[in-house]
Amino acid sequence: MSVDERIGWSRDGLAQRAADDVPDGAYVNLGIGIPMMIPSRLPEGREVWFHTENGILGLGGVPEPDQIDLDVQNAGKEYATMVEGASTFDSSLSFAIVRGGHLDIAVLGGMQVTPSGDLANWTAPGRTPGVGGAMDLVTGAKQVWVVLDHTDRAGKAKLMRRCTLPLTGARCVTRIYSTLGVFEPAGAHFDCLELAPGVDEQTVRGLTDAEVVFAGGGR
Amino acid sequence: MDKIRTDVLEMLSIVPDGASLAVGGFGLTGAPIMLCDALCELDKRDLHIVANNAGIDPTGVGRLAQEGRLRKFTGSFPSNKNFFSLFHEGRVELELVPQGTLAERMRAAGAGIPAFYTPTGAGTDLATGNYPARYDSDGNVVQWLEPKDVRVFNGRPCVLETALACDFALVKAHRADRLGNLAFRLGSRNFNVPAAMAGAVTFVEAQNIVEVGAIEPDAVHLPGVFVQHVIQSTGGWVGNPNPPGASW
Repeated sequence: MSVDERIGWSRDGLAQRAADDVPDGAYVNLGIGIPMMIPSRLPEGREVWFHTENGILGLGGVPEPDQIDLDVQNAGKEYATMVEGASTFDSSLSFAIVRGGHLDIAVLGGMQVTPSGDLANWTAPGRTPGVGGAMDLVTGAKQVWVVLDHTDRAGKAKLMRRCTLPLTGARCVTRIYSTLGVFEPAGAHFDCLELAPGVDEQTVRGLTDAEVVFAGGGR
Repeated sequence: MDKIRTDVLEMLSIVPDGASLAVGGFGLTGAPIMLCDALCELDKRDLHIVANNAGIDPTGVGRLAQEGRLRKFTGSFPSNKNFFSLFHEGRVELELVPQGTLAERMRAAGAGIPAFYTPTGAGTDLATGNYPARYDSDGNVVQWLEPKDVRVFNGRPCVLETALACDFALVKAHRADRLGNLAFRLGSRNFNVPAAMAGAVTFVEAQNIVEVGAIEPDAVHLPGVFVQHVIQSTGGWVGNPNPPGASW
């Protein structure tokens, strides 16, 4: 069974849903892809400091064409901006911030995630290996959020009992935002905290390769 | 003391084939493209490049890879397609390292720390050695990553990582003086500082060569003691020449 593209949150809606939960005053690192859509979707009045592993704390949104600066990019090597109060530093200090436990949240993409909080997201057969800073981030950030499609392109579950791909980290994920809902790894099962609009429990069960316990008590 | 050089080919001619080089930059930001081009012009081969990326274009380290000048690449994000083909054809060795571990191993080399323990990567294939380091020409794995020693600190498994000392370093700075004091601009500092620390001999291409004293002591990001050779960059600056927020 594959996910109908119309089921659940769009990429935009998913980024918005994760952005809604980023608390005021948080220091946050964003992975490549949907997580990078979060800064421009933060609710009004919330002050959040975005860290990028290439050495900037205080990353802003996408620049206007006349603002493009080769020396200001995000970890995805896209042009970015900096907010007032931003700071810049070298890669060693940047990862002292990461590894030293100074980030509140790392928001990453994911290929597979398990109820015990294991995450696989750095390589798959036939893919160029891109470990980048992912292993440092899952080690050091106080919370690790994973934002992902609920299934892969072939319709296979990404929330599964055991990762079949090489791990980025074990027992590191604290929250999952999938196209079908918001989940937390709970050891032997996933807790579903919220379903995306129009998504029912049966759909989630059918597309998840692990037990799911729903907020209303359903299994 | 004058570390300013004028001929890039003459300057880099002391790099022998087979040398190890730490290279600064993240993608093309802060990448010493002119110095990488010069190594190509000098037909240097069998190089061991230590850098975050294997190049994202046929530019910088990407050009060295594309021209088959690498015997080994140590880095975190070799996502360059051409590099990946070379790896699977058995023409280059890959030492895949988490990015923070890479930066710290480079820094440690220049800081006199032979090895350190870090929780990053513990229990993963990169620490257990369950990841290919080299293929043969038929695509069979002939060498795996070295398994890392593990020790538990405060209840947490950590892996032993060794310093990544290199024969040379290639660095791109925004400003440099004849003493080798360097200042970088915004996000271009990245791996340039750890690279300069890792290299026994560090070459710098500088966007601007300035008088001694022009970089205020508090504004020196890397003191000249880490730098041996400085040359004016001819690579130009690819970004907006007048970006908002640029104070100099």
